[in-house]
Amino acid sequence: MLATRWEPLVQLNRFRTEMDRLFEPWGDRRESPNARSTFPPLNLWESDDSLFVEAELPGFELDDLEITVTGGNQLHLQGERKAPTVEGGKWHRRERGFGKFNRTIELAGDVDCDKVSAEFKNGVLLVTLPKREEVKPRRIEVKVN
Amino acid sequence: MTTTLREKNGNGTRPAEPTSETVTYNPRFDIWETEEELVLYGDMPGVVPEDLDIRYEGGELLIHGKVSPRHDNIRFLYGEYGIGDFRRTFTVGEGVDAEKISAELKHGVLTLRLPKSERVKPRKIEVKPG
Repeated sequence: MLATRWEPLVQLNRFRTEMDRLFEPWGDRRESPNARSTFPPLNLWESDDSLFVEAELPGFELDDLEITVTGGNQLHLQGERKAPTVEGGKWHRRERGFGKFNRTIELAGDVDCDKVSAEFKNGVLLVTLPKREEVKPRRIEVKVN
Repeated sequence: MTTTLREKNGNGTRPAEPTSETVTYNPRFDIWETEEELVLYGDMPGVVPEDLDIRYEGGELLIHGKVSPRHDNIRFLYGEYGIGDFRRTFTVGEGVDAEKISAELKHGVLTLRLPKSERVKPRKIEVKPG
C-alpha cells in the first residue's frame, strides 16, 4: 500500500490532571475496549489529503474550546463545560460531567498547522487537519513496455 | 417532597440493545426538581430538533433522538465511541401537567421542563394566632 502509515494515536498521559477525575463518569459510556478513561473520547479517520478528529462535546460553547497544533503533530484540545445554574431545588440524578478537560494526542504524521480548521455543530466537534505535502500518498505510474 | 420521576428500565448508562440496523444508546441525564417543576438535562450530541421525538403517554416519557450517520463507509483509524440513536424512557408519577411540558435543544443538550400540576405543589399553611 502506498498510503502513508498513520499509526494509532499515542496518548500523552502526563498531561492528565486532577480535573480528569471529574470526567470519569463519562468514561464508561459507549467505549470500545481500546479506549481509555480520558475525556473526550475521539474518533479519527483520514482521507488522502487530511486527517479528521471528531469529538462529542455536548453543552460546550465554541468559545469554551481551544484547539491547537504544535510541533506539526501534537493536537491539543482543551475546554470547560459549565454546569447549569440552578437554585431552590435538589438533584435527583447527576450523570453528566462538568469541569475542565485537557487532552493531547500525537498524530503519527505531520499536518499543515496553518490550514487546520474546526467545525462545531450540535455538540459535535470536527477538526480537519490537512496533511503536509510530503506525507500525502502518491500514485506511482507503472509504465508498460 | 418525594420524587415523581424515575427510570423505566433501571440502569440508564449501559448501552441499549442493538436493533437490526442501528445501535441505540442511553443518553446521560441530570434531573433537577424544584417546588414548581422537574427539569431534565440530557446530553444528545449530534441530534437536531427535527430528529428529536418526545412523547408523553400514560405516565411514560419517551425521549428518542435520531442520529443521522455522519460518515459513509469510513474506517476509523482510531475509534473511541460509537454513533447511533439516543433513547431513554422515564416513568413520571402523578402530578405533572402534561400540557405544559416544554423542550429545548441546544448544542446537543436537551432541556425538558415538566411543570407540576397545581394540586401537588407544596402549600404553606398559614397559622393564625389563637
